[in-house]
Amino acid sequence: MSDAHAHSVAFVRDSEIPPAPPPAAETGVVKWMRENLFSGVVNTIMTVIGVFIIFYLLSGLIPWIVNGTWEGASIRDCREVLQGNGGGCFAVLRERWAQLLFGFQYPSELYWRPTLAFALLFLAVPPVLFFKLPRWMLVFTALYPFVAFWLIWGGTAITPIFLLLAFVAAFFAFKEGEKRFGFVAGLAIGLVAFAIVAFIGDFVASEEPGWLRITSVPSREMGGFMLNMILGLVCVSLSIPIGIVLALGRQSRLPIVKGFCVVFIEFVRGVPLITLLFVANVVLAYFLPPGTNFDLIVRVIIMITMFSSAYIAEVIRGGLAALPKGQYEAADSLGLDYPQAMRLIILPQALKISIPGIVNVAVGLFKDTTLVSVISMFDLVGMIRGPILSSTAWVGVYWELWAAACVLFFVVCYGISQYSQWLERQLRTDHR
Amino acid sequence: MKNSVLLGTLAFAGLAAAGASAATLDDVKARGSLNCGVTTGVPGFAEPDANGVWQGFDVAVCRAVAAAVLGDPEAVTFVPTTGKTRFTALASGEIDMLARNTTWTFSRDTDLKFDFVGVNYYDGQGFMVPADLGVSSATELDGATVCIQTGTTTELNLADFFRVNGMSYEPVPIETGAEAVQQYLAGACDVYTTDRSALAAQRAGFEAPDDSVILPEVVSKEPLGPLVRHGDSEWADIVRWTLNAMISAEELGVTKDNVEEMAASPGDNPEINRLLGTEGELGAMIGLDATWAKNAIAAVGNYGEVFDTNIGESTAIGLARGLNAQYTDGGLIYSPPFR
Amino acid sequence: MTTMTDPPQADGFRIGQLINDTRYRSYTFQFIALLALIFSFGWLINNAINNPVLQEVGINFGFLQDQAGYDIGQRPIEYNSQSSHLRASIVGAINTLIVAFLACATATVFGVIAGVLRLSNNWIIRKLMSIYVEIFRNIPVLIWIIIIFTVAANVLPQPREYRGEDAAYSPLFGVVAATNRGVYIPRPYFTEGIGAQEPAAVEVDGVSTLVAQEVTSSANWLIVFGVLLASFAIAKGISVWASRQQLTTGIRPKTWYFTAAAWIVPIAVTLWILGLRWEIPTLQGFNFRGGIVLQNPLLALWFALSIYTGAFIAENVRAGILAVSKGQTEAAAALGLRPRRIMSLVVLPQALRVIIPPLISQYLNITKNTSLAIAVGYMDLTGTLGGITLNQTGRALECILLLMAFYLTFSLAISAIMNVYNNSVKLKER
Repeated sequence: MSDAHAHSVAFVRDSEIPPAPPPAAETGVVKWMRENLFSGVVNTIMTVIGVFIIFYLLSGLIPWIVNGTWEGASIRDCREVLQGNGGGCFAVLRERWAQLLFGFQYPSELYWRPTLAFALLFLAVPPVLFFKLPRWMLVFTALYPFVAFWLIWGGTAITPIFLLLAFVAAFFAFKEGEKRFGFVAGLAIGLVAFAIVAFIGDFVASEEPGWLRITSVPSREMGGFMLNMILGLVCVSLSIPIGIVLALGRQSRLPIVKGFCVVFIEFVRGVPLITLLFVANVVLAYFLPPGTNFDLIVRVIIMITMFSSAYIAEVIRGGLAALPKGQYEAADSLGLDYPQAMRLIILPQALKISIPGIVNVAVGLFKDTTLVSVISMFDLVGMIRGPILSSTAWVGVYWELWAAACVLFFVVCYGISQYSQWLERQLRTDHR
Repeated sequence: MKNSVLLGTLAFAGLAAAGASAATLDDVKARGSLNCGVTTGVPGFAEPDANGVWQGFDVAVCRAVAAAVLGDPEAVTFVPTTGKTRFTALASGEIDMLARNTTWTFSRDTDLKFDFVGVNYYDGQGFMVPADLGVSSATELDGATVCIQTGTTTELNLADFFRVNGMSYEPVPIETGAEAVQQYLAGACDVYTTDRSALAAQRAGFEAPDDSVILPEVVSKEPLGPLVRHGDSEWADIVRWTLNAMISAEELGVTKDNVEEMAASPGDNPEINRLLGTEGELGAMIGLDATWAKNAIAAVGNYGEVFDTNIGESTAIGLARGLNAQYTDGGLIYSPPFR
Repeated sequence: MTTMTDPPQADGFRIGQLINDTRYRSYTFQFIALLALIFSFGWLINNAINNPVLQEVGINFGFLQDQAGYDIGQRPIEYNSQSSHLRASIVGAINTLIVAFLACATATVFGVIAGVLRLSNNWIIRKLMSIYVEIFRNIPVLIWIIIIFTVAANVLPQPREYRGEDAAYSPLFGVVAATNRGVYIPRPYFTEGIGAQEPAAVEVDGVSTLVAQEVTSSANWLIVFGVLLASFAIAKGISVWASRQQLTTGIRPKTWYFTAAAWIVPIAVTLWILGLRWEIPTLQGFNFRGGIVLQNPLLALWFALSIYTGAFIAENVRAGILAVSKGQTEAAAALGLRPRRIMSLVVLPQALRVIIPPLISQYLNITKNTSLAIAVGYMDLTGTLGGITLNQTGRALECILLLMAFYLTFSLAISAIMNVYNNSVKLKER
């Protein structure tokens, strides 16, 4: 058959066709769009809805930003410049930017000090966050609280120096004491050493108040975003050690210790932060000896620290529970006593698992520092709700101010949460 | 923060601290500054300016007391308080005196154990409505939605007023004046009510002040004045008579500008001389310098000057003296004699 | 982990053993801890007792019986300014519960939708949902509450814009009016049933007609609830019967019309007997009158809490679904299950186990965050007891103690209930 037809075939291809590009619908952008945007009826409808939402949002947002004015000393100036073209009155940010950041009372000629403290933060924090950095950089972290305290509050440098010395002395006294008498005695000796050096420091500071003195700023004058940062940083760093102690206490076999920790944690987690702030603001004074006059900021720090340490304790408890029982048993069988077992075997592993959770608590806490605006402290939100919105020059400017607040918080919190996700990936590869 | 307080706390030294606080005057002198509670911001009465310096009518009272006691009107630590925190701040000793739109009422004076030392502003609660609502009297407000700035006796007066007149209303209580105004301007309430002085102050800041009218009804008596803790009469006397000195100074024609001159060359008006310490021993009687009243007046001016510069008709707030004129001009401002 | 394995000492008890012997050391620690606790609490209480102000004023809850004197906007129960502070507090507590319940429900809806859509294969939707989640998670809820309150006041129409013949707005379906003061919806009420009075004679155009009056007894609502419960039982019974049929015959009988009838017929009959009427909100004077009003502070707080917490729940839901391994889906598909049944029978039950514990803590967070109502003037417990009552009476210590006690009880109750539920869905391990 084939022979018969061989002559009737007009054309026989004897070479290969050059490869054609795939059809337009199966390549590049089109393929991607078909797969990701229009793969079905439902999907297409959703795409249309999505595009519509984006268009709606941008059509409001873009003119507001593009047409906005940055010039002017009051909302009336803004209205003149804008002539109702839908632009934002960003002049308020320009005019009140320093107040948003530092509050209205911090002396303006000293703004460089908190700014510097903030810049130094980028030197102090990375050694804690990134394990790959050389360990000696932790020295910055250790020094930072004292430097930042001195920069922000001012006063004589003797106070932070002696506080630092007190910590160093306490550390070495503890080391020495632990070697000779055991953990608890070491702790006690460390405390005594701390108290002695701190007492000397107090004495020296009152004798030599002028030494290395920079203008001191009372904490009443802290405000704006700086106050949020201070509260967030101080409370998180204070609450981690307290949280560890509470978590260990909750796991302890000693019924009184355990009972206290459980009651404390459940109590603090059961009430809103705002009621604790009311306590700091309104009630705490009754429980202190008459005449002791804590600053409001110190009382608030105490309360927020209590609050966050309970949450951090729960995170760490999760970390402790996640460790295989074998780790505890192994530590026991090595003959380690409780402090040794915790310090050498359990906590390093448990804390590592807990870090992402702790970071989440830290972000939540940082956001919650805005609640201090309810008790008449002028943090970022308090500045906007109080002095700026009620000033005659800027009455009626809401969106620009709230947008600025959103951006400030978003940048910080998003940064931290991205770090947390990165860290989770890092830790995951460690385990698999 | 005082460093020693920090160290003391850290070292649990606070455990040993005990003993009731001494007399307020001694505390203030030892501290070198007066802790004065003010509002968190009411234009004209107490408000930090763009440089963060507190200005206003109530603030002037604080400064006058500081000048009288310490000789320095700047030696004041202003403690912003809300309606919720003001009484505990005073009761717990966090502040030495409260100069914040606080109404002198029976229960506050007695049950809460405070002493009101006088009245520096006679106010009354009023209503503000948009002009195009066509309302001319508060009795036409049946069924209206009312924005209230909380934290004073405002809610109670409002409830009483509507109940007595057999009307209903929907209250929207808002904490800060700025946010209440925002709701009012957005039309989320028909009426905004608070003290008439604050209404006038906030209306002055509107884009179109004439679009809002303040209704004629005054539904409450709101004598606002500084107050101190119960039980320290010496301190109460100092605050009371500093306020009276400002009032007397206006009556006697002593002003910020001529007070130095009058003190330097005593005239023949014995009351002015006693007030300014050039005659008699009035200062010593309340444990202060002879020049205490002179210092106070030199620092902030007399009552009329303070009124005019902060809330008077020449300012944006533009309040008339009204009830707050001297008794000689038909007002209620009246100081007992200095003798 | 203190080891308890030291060999017992042969000789008797010595003082040194209190520190050196692990058997006694724990008692020593606890004793010291107890002393420290007693000492610090004693110190605090001693200070309070010796406080000059408290000594004069005293601690006294009698003020709760005093007349409150202020009015509350959103009143779920009978309340006026003549009522006591205690009643004001109860109104506040109910308001807290209302907004917490509503926000928990809608936050779950938002969270589940956003969480599922974040896994959608539509790129735009996926990215939009990521933006939603990140924006709301990273900005404080207080800011969101205030922003949404401000938006609602400025964007929604004023009641007066509904006025007139050619009004700019008209109520949705003629019955629901959304204004910048609140949303007005019709209110159901009964004219017959328990507690009904004789119909009153009303003269309309000279003709006397009998008009039934509103029945205020809430027993009628209990009847409705009971009927619904019965319907639920019947529907459940039908489904059990259908399953049994399926097991014996292999064919599942069509039951949807039985089920529908079981739900619809009894309640329709009940409502007809009870004489259901709707009170439609109408514009009178300054505001809409009649119907149920959900005031703006409530709506703003509700919406803000839902959308904020929804972002967190979305992450939990996403993590939960991702935690179910792909093998489960594939195995279910291999068994011949349809995608919808795979989701409902295989993926969701397993995902729920991961989702529920964090969901509980989100519910607790909502409950606690309702206290931010104070920023928008919604009269929850923090606004009444911890707000105006505290301001007016100056009884700070008492008010805050009560406030904390309420939140604590409520939180502990929720976590107890939720833990019971959590245990019931937990993987049964042998």
